[in-house]
Amino acid sequence: MRKLLLSAAAAMMLFSGSAFAAGDTPKAPAQKWSFSGIFGTYDRAQLRRGFLVYKDVCAACHSLNLVAYRNLMDIGFSEAEVKSIAADQDFKDGPNDEGEMFERKGKPSDRFKAPFENENAARAGNGGAHPPDLSLMAKARLRGPDYIFGLMTGYKKNPPKGVTLPDGMSYNTYFPGHQIAMAPPLSDEAVEYKDGTKPTLDQHARDITTFLAWTASPEMEERKRMGIKVLLFLLVLTGMLFALKKRIWSDLH
Amino acid sequence: MSDINLKNPVLKWIEYRLPIFAFMKHETVDYPTPKNLNYWWNFGSLAGIILVVMIVTGIVLAMHYTAHVDMAFGSVERIMRDVNYGWLIRYLHMNGASMFFLIVYIHMFRGLYYGSYKAPRELLWMIGVAILLAMMATAFMGYVLVWGQMSFWGATVITNLFSAIPLVGDAIVTLLWGGFTVDNPTLNRFFSLHYLLPFVIIGLVFVHLWALHVHRSNNPLGVETKTDGDSIPFHPYYTIKDTFGLAVFFVFYLSFVFFAPDFFGEPDNYIEANPLVTPAHIVPEWYLLPFYAILRAFTADFFLYLPVSWLMSAKLAGVIAMFMSILVLMLLPWLDTSKVRSGKFRPYFPYFFWIFVADCFFLGYIGATTPEGWRIIGGQLGTAYYFGHFFIITPLLGWLETPLPVPESISAAVTKEGGEG
Repeated sequence: MRKLLLSAAAAMMLFSGSAFAAGDTPKAPAQKWSFSGIFGTYDRAQLRRGFLVYKDVCAACHSLNLVAYRNLMDIGFSEAEVKSIAADQDFKDGPNDEGEMFERKGKPSDRFKAPFENENAARAGNGGAHPPDLSLMAKARLRGPDYIFGLMTGYKKNPPKGVTLPDGMSYNTYFPGHQIAMAPPLSDEAVEYKDGTKPTLDQHARDITTFLAWTASPEMEERKRMGIKVLLFLLVLTGMLFALKKRIWSDLH
Repeated sequence: MSDINLKNPVLKWIEYRLPIFAFMKHETVDYPTPKNLNYWWNFGSLAGIILVVMIVTGIVLAMHYTAHVDMAFGSVERIMRDVNYGWLIRYLHMNGASMFFLIVYIHMFRGLYYGSYKAPRELLWMIGVAILLAMMATAFMGYVLVWGQMSFWGATVITNLFSAIPLVGDAIVTLLWGGFTVDNPTLNRFFSLHYLLPFVIIGLVFVHLWALHVHRSNNPLGVETKTDGDSIPFHPYYTIKDTFGLAVFFVFYLSFVFFAPDFFGEPDNYIEANPLVTPAHIVPEWYLLPFYAILRAFTADFFLYLPVSWLMSAKLAGVIAMFMSILVLMLLPWLDTSKVRSGKFRPYFPYFFWIFVADCFFLGYIGATTPEGWRIIGGQLGTAYYFGHFFIITPLLGWLETPLPVPESISAAVTKEGGEG
């Protein structure tokens, strides 16, 4: 019973806390995405750049545990590229026939190597904060892609008057409660693009968002393609069934 | 039993020993059905079909799912990413749950409007309410299996409700959890029960259909079929009408599955369960929201609680009210005093019916939002109206209202209206 009261009290506090946070955290503005709408697909060039942003910036702190290197072949990376991307990382494997654990190079079948061994290591390396896994981020927030883009571009150098931030914290317009432990990760020219795209903050943010939308819903393109076929079929079938129904019922009265 | 002319000697052999083909013909082909059913009568067969979809997709999902706190969330994502068409099966199942409730709620509102719960169909209706309860338990436990944040915290909140029961409450909660908190034993028993309950639902559906086939379908006029002219054989008339309805429904259902699969879901459930982090906002799935609003309406100063405040805690009163809000439907055949079945022939009933529908939507909105400011009193008024509808308005309206003249038979009404239907 006491536990229950405690949890009820905690829930009450959270309810009021979230209401406060929700009240003064604006919604990230809606953006145009190549993957929105029923015909939307992931822009391949954007996915490639987004992967680069993840690898060069995000991967320093954030894991991508649900994605394997081989999955990159689904978005246009060649087998050779995937092999070399995987081989850049060392993985602990084993035990071998002698019972020893050993280090080996990454293989396409490995999941993306996480930057930290475990949550405690992650917290120890990040001033007590735990950088969340990014695999599902685009689905784990309301209007996920818009939110990610908002978060990447919503940092303010100087917090509004009257707001003081503890050491190591930053101010972000779109983060619930505004106080965020992640320092601004992206800026103009944070990542070097090889395809000639201008490396602005806005471009980086769009690219990483598209990449994370893919990691969250890798099935999206196949799903929409199948959906269009299935629905076209169903619409025709429905029309025919309606005509048949009319005909069968016409002998009544 | 209707005659059946079988030519195949094997079928003949079977039929002589077990007259199953005559039975099937009698109950599904010749089965006399009122000829004036409108499209609101499609939802019964739709509910049966979506139940089959849920069971088939569910059995396949269970082949790939791992019921362990460390692996459950990951195994669902494996289904989404690595199982062939796993995303399709999982999205069919996930959206199918929402569709099942949508269909069943429409089916029930149809019954409410046309008085389908009235004599001699009281048991048919009550079995239906039992199906709804079994569905809610199944859906709740299925939602927990995903082992996302909302799964975990939803399970914590809902199982904790039972602790409000005096004396045995805490023991019941420990039993539900299989321990002292929502943990691996909870997940395992929920998985087991989530697999079991749908088959209980199938059993209930058979009894529901059995009771239906005794007095047969009600109809928009609410008058019993009297002559042969009032009814038509189920096949081909209603088989084609139900098939057409099924196709329309699938266009709707699959639009969500393929183009907005997470429309009904909570983003928080894509975060793995973490007992140390409470989500800012714990909400059940949409189909449970009105009942959640009724549960939360019972605060210490709620006027419906004050009369019983000497007897029980506000929390217990809320839990009882939440279960009562569904069980009251079981009493409805006796609470409704109107002699006329269909709402069509009741001058004032339709207004109150639609106000009640609006109240259910309003309670859904209240259940989805944080209880603060006007929403607290709003939810309490909505809750009071919900029960007032059943316990005050329904009996009084039956006594006070003078019904319109009811047609003698379905055929008579159809002839008069110039062949509608």
